[in-house]
Amino acid sequence: MSAPRRFDAMSRFNVAALALGLAFLYLPIVILVIYSFNASQLVTVWGGWSLRWYVAFFNDEAMLAAAATSLRVAAVSATLAAVLGTLAALALTRGERFKGRTLFSGMLYAPLVMPEVITGLSLLLLFVALGMERGFWTVTIAHTTLTMCFVAVIVQSRLGGIDRSLEEAAMDLGCGPVRAFVAVTLPLIGPAIAAGWMLAFTLSLDDLVIASFTTGPGSATLPIRIYSEVRLGVKPMVNAICALMIGAVALTIITASLATKLSGRRGGNAAPM
Amino acid sequence: MEAVSDITSQAGTALPLLRIDGVGKRFGGFTAVDGVSLDIRPGEFFALLGPSGCGKTTLLRMLAGFETPDSGRILLNGEDVAGTPPHLRPVNMMFQNYALFPHLSVRDNIAFGLRRAGMRRAEINARVAELVALVRLEGLEKRRPEQLSGGQRQRVALARAVARRPRLLLLDEPLAALDKKLRDSTQRELKALQRTLGLTFIVVTHDQDEAMTLADRIGVMNAGQLVQVATPRQLYETPRSRWVAEFVGDINIIEGRITTREAGRLRLTTGGAGELAATLPPEFGDAAEVCVAVRPEKIRLSLRPPVDDPAGGAINRLEGTVRDVGYLGSASSYTVALDGGASLRVSLANAARLYADAYAVGQRVTAWFSPDDCIVLDR
Amino acid sequence: MSGRNLFTRPARLAAIAPYGWMVLFFLVPFGFVLKLSLSQVANAQPPYLPVFDLSAGWRALVAAASVLSLDNFRLLLSDDLYLAAGLRSLTVAATATALLLLLGYPVAYAMSRLPRRFQPLAMMLVIVPFWTSFLIRVYAWINILQHDGLLNQVLLALHVVSAPVVWLSTDTAMYIGMVYSYLPFMILPLYATLSKLDPSLCEAAADLGSSPLQSFWRVTLPLSLPGIGAGALLCFIPLVGEFVIPDLLAGSDAPMIGQTLWLEFFTNRDWPVAAATAVMLLAILLLPLVIYDRFQRRQMVRP
Repeated sequence: MSAPRRFDAMSRFNVAALALGLAFLYLPIVILVIYSFNASQLVTVWGGWSLRWYVAFFNDEAMLAAAATSLRVAAVSATLAAVLGTLAALALTRGERFKGRTLFSGMLYAPLVMPEVITGLSLLLLFVALGMERGFWTVTIAHTTLTMCFVAVIVQSRLGGIDRSLEEAAMDLGCGPVRAFVAVTLPLIGPAIAAGWMLAFTLSLDDLVIASFTTGPGSATLPIRIYSEVRLGVKPMVNAICALMIGAVALTIITASLATKLSGRRGGNAAPM
Repeated sequence: MEAVSDITSQAGTALPLLRIDGVGKRFGGFTAVDGVSLDIRPGEFFALLGPSGCGKTTLLRMLAGFETPDSGRILLNGEDVAGTPPHLRPVNMMFQNYALFPHLSVRDNIAFGLRRAGMRRAEINARVAELVALVRLEGLEKRRPEQLSGGQRQRVALARAVARRPRLLLLDEPLAALDKKLRDSTQRELKALQRTLGLTFIVVTHDQDEAMTLADRIGVMNAGQLVQVATPRQLYETPRSRWVAEFVGDINIIEGRITTREAGRLRLTTGGAGELAATLPPEFGDAAEVCVAVRPEKIRLSLRPPVDDPAGGAINRLEGTVRDVGYLGSASSYTVALDGGASLRVSLANAARLYADAYAVGQRVTAWFSPDDCIVLDR
Repeated sequence: MSGRNLFTRPARLAAIAPYGWMVLFFLVPFGFVLKLSLSQVANAQPPYLPVFDLSAGWRALVAAASVLSLDNFRLLLSDDLYLAAGLRSLTVAATATALLLLLGYPVAYAMSRLPRRFQPLAMMLVIVPFWTSFLIRVYAWINILQHDGLLNQVLLALHVVSAPVVWLSTDTAMYIGMVYSYLPFMILPLYATLSKLDPSLCEAAADLGSSPLQSFWRVTLPLSLPGIGAGALLCFIPLVGEFVIPDLLAGSDAPMIGQTLWLEFFTNRDWPVAAATAVMLLAILLLPLVIYDRFQRRQMVRP
């Protein structure tokens, strides 16, 4: 083919739409990060560059404890979600028909859009009915329930793109079904699982509503703390915490995309959705 | 390679329907189309033939208006349309993958262009019915493209493209998506349709059989340039260059050097096939280093050397051994290793049932052909 | 043939754990919500009656069940506050979805028209903000929109306004927050549909006499309807029950249903009414959820 080019090439309108859209998405975050370095006590007055709010955060025991709780919940729930979500994706793409498949896929897709207040309230009621002590584990279970659905969607989209004859070829060359899966499919969906894990981790770190319902005394997560601060107005220290979280996410994404590049571009889309 | 210009001299000839005048197009550092000049006559079936990447599709897209030429003019009935956007050109295109609108029925696909032209509903209905009958799609008007077979889709695309009675219809690989059997019958239909409608067709194809079967004239493109414009027969029998000779059909090329040149007859010495005689082509320059090209079906084989043709003088006789035989049904293809070192491909029609095994591998044969069948070309 | 036999059994085994998990932690809890919505509030721990005690035997269960009533729903339907909240949630979600579509479509369209090699980068750039915390993104706007925030400073400096405009605690702020937070959810499905669109279809439309605007209207837009549907549902459903954004950015005079639920639960500690509100919210969302489910399944059949 002789270099086919779209006839309606990038018009000025398209460039403007894209530029404005991205500016809209990024400007507030950039402003937030800049203001986190503000030396002034007043959040809206620029008083020069300073790290004082970061220092304040690292001296705030309650905030640090909440951050630690959040990280623990996120790590455990993301790991559980990665395992369960991958299994769910496999069941959906590999088992054409089994009883309750429709219900299963419905249960996996519904939490993606279900208002969090409903998910949070219903889980809380379950924990109360089961007589479970509310705290670290209830939040973790709640987050796993939500995030495994995201993992399932990501892994499923990757699985759908894999030619099943690859596995068949492995079996033809003498692998059993399980060996074939481990030797061929798992490495191929590995990046998707990793992306799913990271998404689950950040979603858990991010969640306010479900955590508010399912947590107990002494297990406040970081968003719960931030929320109670924010309700009372803007606090410079919150800027710093937010900037730290944004930095962590940016670092993770950069690392992940570098890792995908280095591992020979077999990952396809490292971060769908 | 030297590009040709196919602009007919103005004197005495009717104005062409389409004149492509020195048209060029670059994509970044890549020259897709390089100064192409070409005249298309009204009612003509013209084929642009070339390997992939030769620029033929880009040229077609410039005619449709999807690309703007960097240089040159495109004159449609004497009016320069190079800058006219596609929706304002009296030109329609049939796309390679048909580009049927998946959300519209067969009927609405065909009516699409008519609606844009602001025709009245009754007129549109009548025209669509006419077109549906023309391409034999009666009863399928309400179907969606995905519910049609490949051949039916092709016919919808054709009906949609001719609906607005374009001055010029462009067809981008119109038969590439069909399987071979269907392609043969569709070729005939397409040609018949072009005659019936009296439209001018320009078809882009990489398939030389298709170009040969369909077209009145063929323009061969290579590396963005038009290298020869000719009728199918001329293209095959008198290619203008070694590249065209090798691109169109199967051919034996023997490099050599002209030793004598007299009375329309050349004598050459070749590295692999000894002495050869060839008829001097008209307008041949005075190069000495040339190559001789012979089509495989122009060569005969025999067990004993044949006698000279009394009228035409010396024929070329080359001794050799059969190295390979390929039986193709209607013909057999032989590879003969000449004693001079070269290797010749020879194609013989299997005219009689029991003739096929006439020459076996390892057999000594004489390959012979007339000097008239030698195409002498610049190296 | 061989594929099905060999894969189905492991697939069924793989399904057991996630299936069980989702039934226990997603499906069963709805039963508790339903039951609680029929219960009475009580000054106890947990703060409602009846509490089923399986050890007390069948008789006690029947007695407990007889306490269940529709009182909470009667309350919801009789008190204008709840109906207004439901109505407001629907209008706010619909408005925000329309705004998202208006803003997201041009961006998604522009992305799909980028040269192929830039498209993954553009997609990445749209996704990245989605990875940063929801709360942070809302909070970022509080920073900008507050009384002496950046927006007012800029507007004052440019002499667009003479006095600071009240942005916070208004619907404008809420819509900004909603559009901002949900934009990637709208852009991605739209982009997915638009990028799969064969560019030769638009060329064919142009070739058949459509101006660029007509091509868009007759070909691109109809063919991107699945993306519009997916994006709209993906935004509309969670927006109806949204809590954080209206709570932090909108005024408190007309709460959305998610806020009402939150208020009943955390402030009034009236768990049964909160549950009844959740049931009402679910009822409102039932139709969009069913459509969404259909949609997802169709996507799965033809990925």
